[in-house]
Amino acid sequence: MRGIISYGTYLPHRRLDRSTIAAVAGTGGGKGTRTVASYDEDTTTMAVEAARRTLRPTPARPDALWFSTVAPAYVDKANATAVHAALLLPTEAIAADLGGSVRSGIAALRLALGGSGTQLVVSADIRTGLPGSADEAAGGDAAAALLVGDDGDAPVIAELVGAGSATDEFLDRWRTPGDDRSKQWEEKFGETRYVPVALAALAAALADAGIDADRVDALVVAGLHGRACKAVAKRSGVDGAKVVDDLAATVGNPGAAQPGLLLASALDTAAPGQVIVLLTLSDGADALVFRTTDAIASFEPALSVAEQAAAGAPLPYGKFLAWRGHLTPEPPRRPEPARPSASAAARSEDWKYGFVGAKDRATGAIHLPPSRVSMEGGAVDDMEPIPMADVAGTIATYTIDKLVYSPSPPVVFAIVDFDGGGRAPIELTDVDPAAVRIGDRVEMTFRRLFTSDGIHNYFWKARPVAAPAKEA
Amino acid sequence: MASHGIKDRVAIVGMGCTPFREHWDKGVDDLALEASQEAFAAAGVTKDDVDAYWLGTAQSGMSGITLARALQLQGKPVTRVENYCATGSEALRQASYAVASGAYDVAMAVGVEKVKDSGYQGLNAFPIPNDGTTRTLTAAGSFSMVAPAYAEKYGVPMEQLKRTLARIASKNHHNGARNPRAQFRREMSVEQICAMPNVAGDLSVFDCAGVADGSAAAIVVRAEGAHRYTDTPIYVKALSFVAGNGSGLVDPGYDYTWFPEIAACAADAYAQAGIDDPASRIAMAEVHDCFTPTELVLMEDLQFSERGHAWEDIEAGRFDLGGDLPVNPDGGLKSFGHPVGASGLRMMFEAWLQLRGEAPEDRRISSIAGDRNLALTHNLGGYPGEMVSFISILGAELG
Repeated sequence: MRGIISYGTYLPHRRLDRSTIAAVAGTGGGKGTRTVASYDEDTTTMAVEAARRTLRPTPARPDALWFSTVAPAYVDKANATAVHAALLLPTEAIAADLGGSVRSGIAALRLALGGSGTQLVVSADIRTGLPGSADEAAGGDAAAALLVGDDGDAPVIAELVGAGSATDEFLDRWRTPGDDRSKQWEEKFGETRYVPVALAALAAALADAGIDADRVDALVVAGLHGRACKAVAKRSGVDGAKVVDDLAATVGNPGAAQPGLLLASALDTAAPGQVIVLLTLSDGADALVFRTTDAIASFEPALSVAEQAAAGAPLPYGKFLAWRGHLTPEPPRRPEPARPSASAAARSEDWKYGFVGAKDRATGAIHLPPSRVSMEGGAVDDMEPIPMADVAGTIATYTIDKLVYSPSPPVVFAIVDFDGGGRAPIELTDVDPAAVRIGDRVEMTFRRLFTSDGIHNYFWKARPVAAPAKEA
Repeated sequence: MASHGIKDRVAIVGMGCTPFREHWDKGVDDLALEASQEAFAAAGVTKDDVDAYWLGTAQSGMSGITLARALQLQGKPVTRVENYCATGSEALRQASYAVASGAYDVAMAVGVEKVKDSGYQGLNAFPIPNDGTTRTLTAAGSFSMVAPAYAEKYGVPMEQLKRTLARIASKNHHNGARNPRAQFRREMSVEQICAMPNVAGDLSVFDCAGVADGSAAAIVVRAEGAHRYTDTPIYVKALSFVAGNGSGLVDPGYDYTWFPEIAACAADAYAQAGIDDPASRIAMAEVHDCFTPTELVLMEDLQFSERGHAWEDIEAGRFDLGGDLPVNPDGGLKSFGHPVGASGLRMMFEAWLQLRGEAPEDRRISSIAGDRNLALTHNLGGYPGEMVSFISILGAELG
């Protein structure tokens, strides 16, 4: 049996209220909110967060990692390798990007389901458009990850029981590399091409699974052509009540991450033995039919999509524009940070990407960053690595620095004492500066501190604990 | 293993100190030359009479050549030293040990910093290539973290602590207003300071030392020959230095309400000088008031106040110019600004003036009496959790 072993999603903390757009842009906006990746996030950092949440509920570990996005932090250099490093995956596990088109997300999932071994499929996207555009309002930022494998190390919670594809070359939506927005042909044309191929892919997948449309318990229709998605859902033969909410009112459409996010949303509420269909429309259509297993009853996602969609904090439209590079506010009059050293970063890869410290074997003293010499007792080279990324901590003291350089001032900074030992002075993020107090609880999150000379400086920050820990 | 010190073995016989300003029209060479010439004149020597030089500069020049070229020294040993913001003190410490060892008869320490050519406000450290994981925070941000920790630990309401911090700044501005070498010479009331907006934590710009260019210099000789140079030499009683191991950033045992490096440095300095009860011997102190919470905590680390009670002593006026133990009678970093390499020697310059009775009347201390006749200078570098500390104890009498 091959299918999904685990999954995890990540919605960034900030929400843009679409009704605030028109007052500034003169046009656009609408109802509801969309998610917004923070200034210190990119598709790689969001992918790390979704992937961490995917590995948390399961002991299974991937031997391949495929990362799909249409907004890569780097080209030439792989982005999946940073995700691989943050997850502390072994060197033998391959990690590579499948990028370029929105379709790469579903393609990675198909490849993983058709392959062997345990494979982690991560997709992330940051969507925007010019101020006031439909894409700006309708888009969303998110990441989703699916761990695919065979019943073995860990039980499959949703088995793949059928698949179908229909590929078609036509021009609906496009973007030239380097552009910060995509363009679309007249919407009705795309709809005439999408609807028949999507219905064909769906029919092929259901036939492959030997299941009739009226037996489908949840139908996810994903794609950037909203009108075509709605038309396909309507004509799919699946009862309208079983079409999974596309989260347009709260999250927006996160492009390459949408199929994974909506599938996760369906899995969050699925009971054993249910049929879930994922149908995606992008340069053709792809359909995957899953049947949930008994194992899903005991599966606990790290954080459900609904919990995350209901959380978050508002972001003023001006900050949204600044974070997406459509508005350039005056920076603090301080020198910009120097680029990180490639060789120094390589020497401290586990610390920088994995937040792994060193623990003195004799005294138990935890050193963040790792040290060869213990601060207690002075033992030399008698330490073991101690991963700290999943350890929560408490604020010992803090400050709000309005003078220091930051891509989005002010810097909120705290001395964090970790549960079970260890301390680090660390920047806070996704936080209301006025609300920080000594004693607040925080957890670690992988972020992009700044970019210098085109080098993204990735490291960890702390944020208020997202949700109260579940009672054991 | 022991820290023996060199009590009464060397003496300062000449000092110089430029005004601390935004010297847009002066470079490193000009500043070092001016401070040096004043010191040469005070000791009645020429540059050729000095056997060896130590230049303290954090980032205004590299190697001893920076000073050798500025003064056109011929064939002299000149060493550049750097030890964060305690750089100037470090230069004096090295020069003193060189004389005490017998290696040289006359040595000179020159501290200088040309900060205002960077184009930015504040101090900006020279970037050393790194892995990008070291914290990025201004010094103001780092030191501001002391205030909430202190308030929490000792149950001092933040509003009260803000007033106490403002009182520290107000006192130093009061003193600096009476010092022609100081950069800021305006008195500031507690109310004025409290009304300023915060820039880092609970600190406003008036809780922060300014930034200035400047230079200060000292000539040291063996104590027994000191009277050949001046009638009123100032004897070195203690020179203590501690470089922290940075564990405060790593060890949850550190609570940000004190500076262990400074407490250790103070204990060593008092031992070197043979002082059991600092309050009965120290008549004045120049301390590193880079930010107002720093001066607050220093009063406890230097054993002037009980732990958790410095804020009460400050409110009671104990450290005012007319108080029992005047602290920063020259106006401190608050009024002078902080040319990194010069500040430690600037502190000693005030001790030099006060102990010799040469400070102008309007800021002359009246606390020197009997055995209470020593001056302490304290100079730190780095940040809470990760700092270097220097303390000197100086006196006009032997023994």
